[in-house]
Amino acid sequence: MYSEKVMDHFSNPRNVGEIENPDGVGEVGNASCGDIMKIFLKVDNNVITDVKFKTFGCGAAIATSSMVTEMAIGKTIEEALQLSNQAVAEALDGLPAQKMHCSNLAADALHEAIKNYRATHP
Amino acid sequence: MKRIYLDYNATTPVRPEVLEALLPYYRDQFGNPSSVHWAGRQVSGAVEKAREQVAALLNCSPAEIVFLSCGTEADNMSLKGTVDALGEKGNHIITTAVEHPAVLETCRYLEKTGCKVTYLPVDSDGRLDLADLEKAITAQTVLISVMWANNETGNIYPIEQIGAIAKARGIRFHTDAVQAVGKLEIDVQKANIDLLALSGHKLGAPKGVGVLYVRRGTRLTPFMHGGHQERNRRAGTHNVAGIVGLGKACELAMAERESTCARVKELRDRLEQGIFARIPQVKLNGHPGERLPNTLNVSFAWIEGESLLLNLDMKGIAASSGSACTSGSLEPSHVLGAMCVEVTLAHSSTRFSLGPDTTAEDIDYVLEVLPPIVQRLRDMSPLYNCGKVDACETCDTVKKL
Repeated sequence: MYSEKVMDHFSNPRNVGEIENPDGVGEVGNASCGDIMKIFLKVDNNVITDVKFKTFGCGAAIATSSMVTEMAIGKTIEEALQLSNQAVAEALDGLPAQKMHCSNLAADALHEAIKNYRATHP
Repeated sequence: MKRIYLDYNATTPVRPEVLEALLPYYRDQFGNPSSVHWAGRQVSGAVEKAREQVAALLNCSPAEIVFLSCGTEADNMSLKGTVDALGEKGNHIITTAVEHPAVLETCRYLEKTGCKVTYLPVDSDGRLDLADLEKAITAQTVLISVMWANNETGNIYPIEQIGAIAKARGIRFHTDAVQAVGKLEIDVQKANIDLLALSGHKLGAPKGVGVLYVRRGTRLTPFMHGGHQERNRRAGTHNVAGIVGLGKACELAMAERESTCARVKELRDRLEQGIFARIPQVKLNGHPGERLPNTLNVSFAWIEGESLLLNLDMKGIAASSGSACTSGSLEPSHVLGAMCVEVTLAHSSTRFSLGPDTTAEDIDYVLEVLPPIVQRLRDMSPLYNCGKVDACETCDTVKKL
């Protein structure tokens, strides 16, 4: 059901955890649909230098969270805002159809964290 | 890698004795039991023998056994066939909120055609209040349908008492006994059952064969129209090998059920006690006592069921979950929903269902690998130690575990 890349990110997720004193935090999803993703950012000079995540959810939710952290690190804020859920899914060699609408929220979580960063660092 | 199968409520392997009994009917004894010649005659005897084996397990007459394709077909035929046959009497069905989709979705369909359906609620342990059942009965009620045992929680329903109520009120009684047959004593006379559904692959027979017990004299519109098979109850060429296998499986269940179930229950209890001793914040879903001997459904707070199943799978352990992610919908299990299980706990639910081949070593292996998996997923969860314990509804629920 899942691609090898999804299983790789699911079984060895990158950048799990929290950042102390983060520059931005974003959370999406809700308990009733079974997926909650929380993203923590460190930003230096408009460049994302560190990203960590915590996720409650299925295999796809955990794998997309892990993938989006890898994709975002080193990008400028503007570049990171261009990252889409679709791009995250493609980087994982795709997700099962039924997961595309419910568990593919990692880019949204990243964007929420950036929004929070911008609001707190005017 | 070890392979440990703890999903016997989903399906079971065909038992070796069953396989041996059925294999000749694919090649050497290939006849159609409806044929008059030698090839047919050889085979019709085997089908009738299987009918006797099934009837013995249910304590009914062989003539009351209808072979068909699966439990779902038996449930569909019971509900639709009753509504069609008893339409002049009424159009009201009483069932429960925790039935298998084979009953629930058939009821939803019948509602679209004008039937009224009452879905009886359950309490937080998943139990029915029979006073609710009595109150729901009207002059229009043509059928009461209550499962013998629940596939997700293993809860056992008071079928004898419900049968007595149905008899006293002159209402037909159907039970989906797919999870009960082979695990519990089944006596359709004692429980006053008119229609009972069972499925071969849940008790060591192959997939693709099931039975509907139909009490003699029960008017029921056929579901499949065609030839005259099964005394005009069910058209379609017999699945001879499947039927022979199901007969054998019923014979084995009759002989071994008590000793097998005692052994399985001991292992299930070892798993249950081991989990609660090793892992904090776990909720049992279902009634502690009135439960199938092989089933354990638990929620590991703070983590989602599918991610737990995938981790168990990587260790060779096959289990199942009531999480939305494994149901193909956005909602977690309707059974846990009806029991008012808090929604994140419903997503966390995991079902272990044991079988005759489960060993103590299997259980000890699960108890060894499970706690670190749960802890790893909890450490990854934003809900675990979320830091706002007093303000958080989920934390509040879990604190009470």
